[in-house]
Amino acid sequence: MSKSGKTYHRADEPIFWGLFGAGGVVAAFATPALILITGILVPLGVLQLDYASVNAFASNWLGKIILLAVIAFPMWHACHRIFHAMHDLKIDTARGFFKLFWYGMAFVVSIAAGAYLIAI
Amino acid sequence: MNSAMMRVKVQRYRPEQDDAPFMQEFEVPYADDMSIIDALHYIKDNLDGTLSYRWSCRMAICGSCGYMVNGVPKLGCKTFLRDYLNTGITVESLANFPIERDLVADIGDFVEKLEEIKPYIIRQDAVSVDDGEHLQTPAQLTRYRQYSLCINCGLCYAACPQYGLNNEFMGPAALTLLHRYNQDSRDQGRDERIDIVNAEEGVWGCTFVGYCSEVCPKGVDPASAIQQGKVESSTDFVMSKLRPRRPS
Repeated sequence: MSKSGKTYHRADEPIFWGLFGAGGVVAAFATPALILITGILVPLGVLQLDYASVNAFASNWLGKIILLAVIAFPMWHACHRIFHAMHDLKIDTARGFFKLFWYGMAFVVSIAAGAYLIAI
Repeated sequence: MNSAMMRVKVQRYRPEQDDAPFMQEFEVPYADDMSIIDALHYIKDNLDGTLSYRWSCRMAICGSCGYMVNGVPKLGCKTFLRDYLNTGITVESLANFPIERDLVADIGDFVEKLEEIKPYIIRQDAVSVDDGEHLQTPAQLTRYRQYSLCINCGLCYAACPQYGLNNEFMGPAALTLLHRYNQDSRDQGRDERIDIVNAEEGVWGCTFVGYCSEVCPKGVDPASAIQQGKVESSTDFVMSKLRPRRPS
């Protein structure tokens, strides 16, 4: 019981904060290197990445886990950040809907990425 | 620049005669060692005796003289005219709090929040005075010491955008003081405070902007206390699923 007698409800934030934190670490350490490699160096022809070796990486279980981690965690990170930025921008209408929308998007992308990786 | 004058804009609001706050400009004599409250004293003593503002110790320990100086939360006693020679000075009432009169902010909500987190040592077992003092190692002291240096000036509340958006949020100083007592090896009141930590109004209302720590005049780091609170709340979240606590 609090001093004022006010009842406090436990927030479900630890789940999303945990995923946000994991995504933050991946986004800080891995994402810039991945953007540099796959988005700049390979298209410019500075680095060579052939289909066979990338396919072999994605076929390996460790490779699948790494690929899922670098896709899913930053997605949760971004969706959590956008959801909270909406509050910062005073967009507080239909908060329940937007919570479902943004975390739902991260969930769907994570499941889809996992399913694609398993299918490889 | 001695013997020169400096212009200071001061926010005025007298609820019995003003519909809204407005700015009034004064000229005060400049000196290198003149603080904002020295300037306000000069105005009150020589130019306009109706000016209202809070102050007391003049040495950054009472926490009374928090104002917005050029839009930044500052202590009037610790902020000097010499640092504003090129920009000019505008002094306003602390942001995110209602204005009571002129530079006097109504910080009642902040004081209620401080009480709400039970900022005192709670013991579950009764200890007699005859048993002597509770001993603490330097390591145990270090866990909470910096968080105990808060002077309750409210600058962090004026800095916090989340408190500004929604004042249900407990805010930086209250959550820091909560963390200070939870970290104290003499305290056994964690269970009485954890519901506040876990709530949306608790640590989860913070989005780690970090401006609270930047403006703190005592070098307390409220943002770090709150992030540690998030880790504690997350641990408690998992533990509550594994081993539900009995309702108190």
